[in-house]
Order: sequence, then structure tokens, then C-alpha cells
Amino acid sequence: MTTASFKTKVLTANRLTDGISVWLGANGEWVFSLKDAFLARHDEAVAALTAAGDQAQADNRVVDVSVIEIEETPCGPRPYRLRERIRADGPTIAYAPAAAARASEAA
Amino acid sequence: MYRYDEFDHAFVAARVSQFRDQVERRLSGDISEEAFKPLRLMNGVYLQLHAYMLRVAVPYGTLNSRQMRKLGHIARIYDRGYGHFTTRQNIQFNWPALSDIPAILEELAEVEMHAIQTSGNCIRNVTADHFAGAAADEVADPRPYAEILRQWSSVHPEFSYLPRKFKIAVTAAERDRAAIQVHDIGLQLKKDAQGRLGFAVWIGGGQGRTPLLAKKIKDFLPEADLLSYVTAIMRVYNLHGRRDNKFKARIKILVHETGVEKLTQEIDAEWAQLKDGALKLPEADVAAINAYFAPPELAPRAEGWGELAAWQKSDSGFASWVGRNVAPHRHPDYAMVTISLKPIGGIPGDASADQMDAVARLAQEFGHDQIRVTHEQNLVLPHVALADLEPLYRALLTDGLATANAGLITDIIACPGLDYCALANARSIPVAQEISNRFADPARQADIGDLKIKISGCINACGHHHVGHIGILGVEKKGEELYQISLGGSGDENASIGQITGRGFGPDQITDAIETIVATYLANRTGADEPFIDCYRRIGADPFKAALYGSEAQAA
Ligand code: HEM
Ligand code: SF4
Repeated sequence: MTTASFKTKVLTANRLTDGISVWLGANGEWVFSLKDAFLARHDEAVAALTAAGDQAQADNRVVDVSVIEIEETPCGPRPYRLRERIRADGPTIAYAPAAAARASEAA
Repeated sequence: MYRYDEFDHAFVAARVSQFRDQVERRLSGDISEEAFKPLRLMNGVYLQLHAYMLRVAVPYGTLNSRQMRKLGHIARIYDRGYGHFTTRQNIQFNWPALSDIPAILEELAEVEMHAIQTSGNCIRNVTADHFAGAAADEVADPRPYAEILRQWSSVHPEFSYLPRKFKIAVTAAERDRAAIQVHDIGLQLKKDAQGRLGFAVWIGGGQGRTPLLAKKIKDFLPEADLLSYVTAIMRVYNLHGRRDNKFKARIKILVHETGVEKLTQEIDAEWAQLKDGALKLPEADVAAINAYFAPPELAPRAEGWGELAAWQKSDSGFASWVGRNVAPHRHPDYAMVTISLKPIGGIPGDASADQMDAVARLAQEFGHDQIRVTHEQNLVLPHVALADLEPLYRALLTDGLATANAGLITDIIACPGLDYCALANARSIPVAQEISNRFADPARQADIGDLKIKISGCINACGHHHVGHIGILGVEKKGEELYQISLGGSGDENASIGQITGRGFGPDQITDAIETIVATYLANRTGADEPFIDCYRRIGADPFKAALYGSEAQAA
């Protein structure tokens, strides 16, 4: 059960083929948005996450698997660590000038 | 110009096909990440926060336009349209798919480039003065020696599993533009009284968590003894360098713990065995490699003098660009041009694919097909006629590459930081962007003058913060980003390690803190001809601390 000190957890990793950040979804598939991640709200659920992560790593579908702590907010799950927030949202900077310029030309 | 030899071709081709096989086996699940990781690192492939990263070596920072165009092509086809030039004169691609990397490496091999020895505990890409081969103040081109070291160190069986990575830098001028005193080995090419070439040899410099300046262990090493002496250093390091603790494994720690005198004796003893053996550099070999680097034929273009003066008079933007980004060439009718990759508010060192193409085109049109990458994350066209400066400037303007800020406060070095890097504690790039925006006004920048700000997102110091006049180090405190400031660092011939001012500043305070430091400098300098670093060395840290921390500083 949820206790006062328990922090909700999600499982995250990087996809093997391209390194893109992924989170484990409720249906057992890896999803591309933290919003769609399965939220582990008690210890048994966390144990299941960890087991799923070990399995996925062994199956060579993802790398760098880790369980992270999140806060449940009205806008969805929000990791406590900035590092994980940046993994979820991408770089905090407008990083691809050429791609952006081409996209606006194409539009 | 240097060309790959047969060995390089065959070797790189074999390595690419081997890696293709390894990637296929990894993707099909035949090998685990544990087994694969060292293999990918040997080929320059890292895993960052959002994707893999590929680090491509640019030996001694030298590129031709064909190679630059290929980098642009890779950025466009396999990445997200840009690349990041680094303080090690390399380029990093931030978004390649693992499955594409063998194809990228094949494309690179077409233009004689690769990613070998850009990672791991081996001798890394040898860096050199970015003005090499053109500078008015050099005794000779240092790159042939960097190339000799590159050939000798490539997959050197004895030195592929060193206690830790190993970085060598070479310069050939009294003014050190290659930061040799913060490298594992720093070499300064010089001439003795008889006019013979040789090297001053420095060892044990480095940044990271234990910043130390190198110690000079030889004032003049004859050219022919380069490889035997460097081998002797490597052997002593390989034997005694600490393998028990990663943080103490660099040669700087060995120098520090053993003492430079004792270590020099050991190196000399080892050298005595090697000196007259097979490692002696035959003059013919040096000459052959020198021939690869033969400077381009520079025809007299004396008309440039008059034209330049007229253009400067009629266009103040052009005049200030010439003032900052154009430096004297050996040939009086030519100049060396720094192409700033630090647009105001931009990402230091990033260049788009289109910009890479533009630089390649302009190097062909105006620059004898030569391009350099600087450790300050800019590009250089080393051989441009004065008569071509104006059309070059116009072309650079249209591609957003004409920012006139070389060496100024907005010419900031920043590592990728927490926006990309898996090791980071804090972001670097947004800090650089905010400072750049704050000091955007060209008149204000010109008034402040030479000032180097260098930012790292963690103690590994990839952004050279220890040798910034103002260094900024990102740390994590209670889950928040915090920035420590150090002052008085320098990576040139008067190298020094910056001193931390005191407690750090939050992301919303750091730019104000920089303002305070700049204001303190302006208030204390003897005049506009006393640059920040000289003023700091004269007045010391106290006035800056007082301005930053007020009464707190006095209490402390
Ligand atoms: C994912 C990317 C990167 C990783 C994982 C990484 C890792 C590291 C580590 C672990 C060190 C410390 C080595 C030591 O103290 O022994 C280091 C040092 C360094 N790195 Fe990076 N780095 C990365 C990107 C970069 C970039 C982008 C640059 C250039 C802008 C760079 C240039 C350097 C330099 C100049 C040093 C200091 C050399 C010294 O230790 O003296 N690195 N890096
Ligand atoms: S200094 Fe730290 S944060 Fe910056 S690139 Fe190096 S390892 Fe990453």
C-alpha cells in the first residue's frame, strides 16, 4: 500500500537500436512518453518493474535500465531529478537550427 | 597536405567491417551490452541521455572541404541536422542510431576519417595549435609531429590499455594556443641556438577533478628523439600509473605523488635504452611527412592592403569583425580567419549541416581548401588573402557565421552538460546562452575586451572551466543546479588554475554574478589596455569576492 514516505516509481531505459529514452508502459511495452508510463505505487509493483527491466535488458531490447522516482502531478508524472526531467522532455535548448529552419521552409 | 597511407586505409576499412559485424550481433541479441560497451567505445560510440553519441576524430583539428562536407552530410542524413565541435578539436554527433553507425563510419572512411581512439584508455587524438602552418609567430608547422605521434600511437599494442586516457598537445609558438600545460604531455616545438628543431617537453598537466599544471621536464629534446622520449614517458607511466583508482590514474597524479625529479630520472633511464634504437626518427621520414603538410602556394595579393583599408572605413561591422576574428599570417598579403561558432544566444560549438556546407564552400573559394577546428570550439580558415576578406565576410554573414567575438566575453566554451551528457550534474549550454545574451552589445563587449568564460557541467571539466579567466562549474546540490565560479584560470603560456570564489549561484543568479565580476574588473582596471586576467592577477581575488558576497566575504 501507499505510505507517506513511498514515492511513486517508473521504469526507464534507452532503446537499444537508437538510444532514445523509453519508459515501461502499463501494457508491458516500452513507450516514448513518460505520460504513458506505468506508475508503481507500492513495493510489489516496483518489484514487478525491476523484474521487467532485467528481462528487457536480458532480451536486448533496451540498455541502461533504471527505476526512478516521480511525483504525481495534475499534468502527469514528474521526475524528482532534473536529469530525468530532461530525459523525459529532451534538451532544454533549441538545439537543431537547420532542422527547424527546414521545417519552417517546408511549411 | 597529409594523406592517409595504405596502412590507414586497410586498417580503417577492416575496423569498420568488424564494427558492422559487432553492431549486427548486438542488435540481434547475440552479445550483451556488457560485452558490447567496450567495443562501441573503441569506435567512439557513447550513450548519452537521449541517444547514442558518436565522436569523430579530427586529427590536430585539420579538415579539408571534402571532409567538412561529409560531416555536414552525416549531420543531415543520420543526425538532426547539426554537430558539436569540441574542446578536443573533434566533432560529436548527438543523435545517431546505433544501427546507422556502421554506415556513418563507412562514409567517414571515404574521406579518410574515423572515430578510433576517441575513447578508452589509449593515446587520444593529438591536438595542435589551430593556427598551425599559417601563424606568423610559429617556428615551424607542429602538425607533422602530431601526425608522427598519431601514426606511432595508433593501435600501439603496448599503449592501448594504459592506466587511463592519455592526451598529447603540440604547439610551435611562444604563444600557446593549444593549452599544452593542461595535457598529459605538452610539446612546444622550438629552435636551439644553432637553429635545429626540437621540443620543450611538459608532462602531467590535466583538468578533471584534480586540476594540475604540467611540469617542464626537458627544455630541448632534439627532433629525432621525439618518439623514443615519448615512449620512455609512456613506459614509465604504464608501469607506475595507478590502476587501483580511476580518479588517481592519470599521469598528473603520478607526477604529483612521485615528484617530478624522481620521475624524470626514471624516464631518462628508460630513454637511455631506447634513444639510439629503432625509434630514432630518420630525417627522410620527417621530411616525407613534412611534405604532406606543405603549405599551399600563396600568390602575392598585395592589392588586398588598400582594399582592406577602404572596406574597413566604409563598413564598421566588417571593421570590427576584422579587428577580432582576423589574425596575422606568415605571408603579409594573407590572414587567418576565425569563424565564430558562438552566435549571440547560440549553442557554443554547434554548427548546422548547412553551415558546415557553407564553410566547406568558402574554404574552397577563399581558403585553399583548408579548415581548422579550434579547442575554443570555433573554426578557422588559415589561409585567406586580405583581398578576399570582404567577400568572405559577406558570405559568412548570410550563414550566421560572422559573429565578431573571437576572444571576447561571448566567445564562451561550454560542454554539452545536462542537456545531453549522462555524467552531468547541471546544464552548461543555457548558462552560456544567457551570459551571451546579457553581454550581446558589441560596444560593451569591445569595452570589456579579452575575457574567456569556460563552463563545464561536471567536474570532468570537458568545458575547461579550470583554465577560464572566469570558470563556471555546474554541481548538483539538494537536487538543484548550482554553479561554482572560479577566477584567474588560463590555458595559455602563462597557464594557471582558477581559484573558487566561494559558495555557488543558482541558475537565476549566475548571470548577475558574472555581471558583478565584470563590473568589478571595469572599476579596478588601470585602463582599457589592462585585460581582465592581468587585472585579476594584479588585484587578486578579494575585490571580486567582496563584490560577490559582500559582508559575508569579510566575515569568512
Ligand atoms: C558524453 C560525452 C562525454 C563524456 C562521457 C566525457 C567524459 C569525460 C571524463 C570522464 C573526463 C575526465 C577524465 C579524467 O579526469 O580522467 C573528461 C575529460 C575531458 N573531456 Fe570529456 N566527456 C564528454 C564530452 C566531452 C566534450 C563534448 C568535450 C569537448 C567540448 C570533452 C572534452 C574533454 C576534455 C578537454 C577533458 C579534460 C581532459 C583532462 O582530463 O585533463 N568531453 N571527459
Ligand atoms: S564536463 Fe561533465 S557534463 Fe560536461 S561533457 Fe564532460 S562529462 Fe559531461
